[in-house]
Amino acid sequence: MSDKEPLFSAKNRKLLTNPLGSDNPITVQVLGICSALAVTAKLEPAIVLSISVMAVLALANVIVSLLRNTIPSRIRIIVQLVVVAALVILVDQILKAFAYDVSKQLSVFVGLIITNCIIMGRLEAFALGNRPWPAFLDGIGNAAGYGLILVIVAFFRELLGSGTLYGFHVIPQAVYDMGYENNGLMILPPMALVVVGIIIWVQRSKDKSLVESN
Amino acid sequence: MKALRKFLDKKKPLFEKGGKFAKLQSTFDAFDTFLFVPDHTSKTGTHIKDAIDLKRTMSVVVLALIPSLLFGMYNIGYQHFLSVGETAALMDMFVYGLIKVLPIVVVSYVVGLGIEFAFAQMRGHAVNEGFLVSGMLIPLVMPVEAPLWMVAVSTAFAVVIGKEVFGGTGMNIWNPALIARAFFFFAYPSKMSGDSVWISEKADTFSGATPLADAAALVDATPTQAESLMSGALSQTWDMFIGLIPGSIGETSTLAILIGAVILIATGIGSWRIMLSVFVGGYAMGAIFNLIGANPYMELIPAWQHLIMGGFAFGAVFMATDPVSATQTTRGKYIYGFLIGFLAVLIRVLNAGFPEAMMLAILFMNTFAPLIDHYVVQGNVKRRLKRVKVKA
Repeated sequence: MSDKEPLFSAKNRKLLTNPLGSDNPITVQVLGICSALAVTAKLEPAIVLSISVMAVLALANVIVSLLRNTIPSRIRIIVQLVVVAALVILVDQILKAFAYDVSKQLSVFVGLIITNCIIMGRLEAFALGNRPWPAFLDGIGNAAGYGLILVIVAFFRELLGSGTLYGFHVIPQAVYDMGYENNGLMILPPMALVVVGIIIWVQRSKDKSLVESN
Repeated sequence: MKALRKFLDKKKPLFEKGGKFAKLQSTFDAFDTFLFVPDHTSKTGTHIKDAIDLKRTMSVVVLALIPSLLFGMYNIGYQHFLSVGETAALMDMFVYGLIKVLPIVVVSYVVGLGIEFAFAQMRGHAVNEGFLVSGMLIPLVMPVEAPLWMVAVSTAFAVVIGKEVFGGTGMNIWNPALIARAFFFFAYPSKMSGDSVWISEKADTFSGATPLADAAALVDATPTQAESLMSGALSQTWDMFIGLIPGSIGETSTLAILIGAVILIATGIGSWRIMLSVFVGGYAMGAIFNLIGANPYMELIPAWQHLIMGGFAFGAVFMATDPVSATQTTRGKYIYGFLIGFLAVLIRVLNAGFPEAMMLAILFMNTFAPLIDHYVVQGNVKRRLKRVKVKA
């Protein structure tokens, strides 16, 4: 911050807010789809995974940004992987210690954060060329944009597929008695793809600048 | 007729630009062109002129579906009275079925057409008539006990995700009616499988298993069990052909479906190549299983019986031939049809979770139809290029 840029200058605020909307990692850059499909059948794992990704991404961004002038460009991917892998193991251990049930549900997907394209993408595209503070904000912003979509998808899948939200029954028994049934397809992974597709559809019909010309 | 034309012409300005209902222009246009062959002419490029247009084509398909629909209504009454052990007159059975089926047909059309019209208005398109057929196909592949709201949800899903997202009629990758059924099947499995959904108000004591369910039960059956299964519904070959078996509304009667097939082939709307090769494919796989004979299902069900069980014939005649989602090239049609029949019997016999595999086989091959076409066309190009080289 040598040039005395305020901590939350307009530019820095953009780093936080852009990934939520017009530069969303899932709906616009279409990264990190695999985990969006895998963990969104219920809200709880979706939220926990989003927080885990946020912790890993923000810290990795800061660390790589601090190291950016000392990393030889030839081995930069290896260095980034080491940083991310160390952080993922930390997160995994913390989850196992304090939230064992969720950790069980997420199973391999915590470990797979390391292969999440968003993380490598942000490290390559942003952290290597920016100061730690903007890199930190960028990490938080992108992880938040990722988490936002995960939570939206999980909301609809859990509500329509299981009739619950965060494990609580929200659809009253009276509705079931009238003949309502949970939609079994919502639990299956294909519907996550369809829901993500619908989100992309809605977003692009609202913001025409995102529509690719072809 | 003339009076109707005059009436339409009088109202037309209201719906044109600047008129009172300009926003509903495409709705008006849809009704107008449905009633009368439109006089629009193409203004650019070369067009092939044909005597019939899309709306007339669709009407013929709906006509071809009528025998299945009427027989389905009769069969529902027949199965119901059979299960409760009453005897009833033919008309009673038919009326009973009519009362059961009509709401499903109405729901399918109202929901589907409603969405089609809404999309057409929003996008400023003309209303596409593709749903005329889908709207009739959807009820015919539903179990009679399907709750109406589930039919509505499935139809809505099929029209929006199966069709409109790709750009509407003529652009869809998969057959929309099958998308509706697949959605129903996976979303509400308890209403689409088991013994109780195929017969309306079934008496509990009546078994009501479909021949397909019996056949699937053969897989792990002991010889004595297999014998009793084979002497049950599976031995009633004639009933299976006529259609007096439990099943989805329109799929049971191979006879009624064949009447539809004759109409489709005679008018040149359905491809006989696809229909034929689906049956050949199914028979071939069945024959292979007969040869292997690894379990009672493979051993005891003759290959030809696969063709009249469940939705095989219905899928072959009405679903696989959908001109939008099927292959377009002649050679492609043979490959596409053969693989549908082949896969349908393969899944039926090997995967107990999907006793009715016709839907999955057709959707799967729909996905590959463009690929098959691509390679058929490329193969043709290569062959002709070779010919040129030899001469030069």
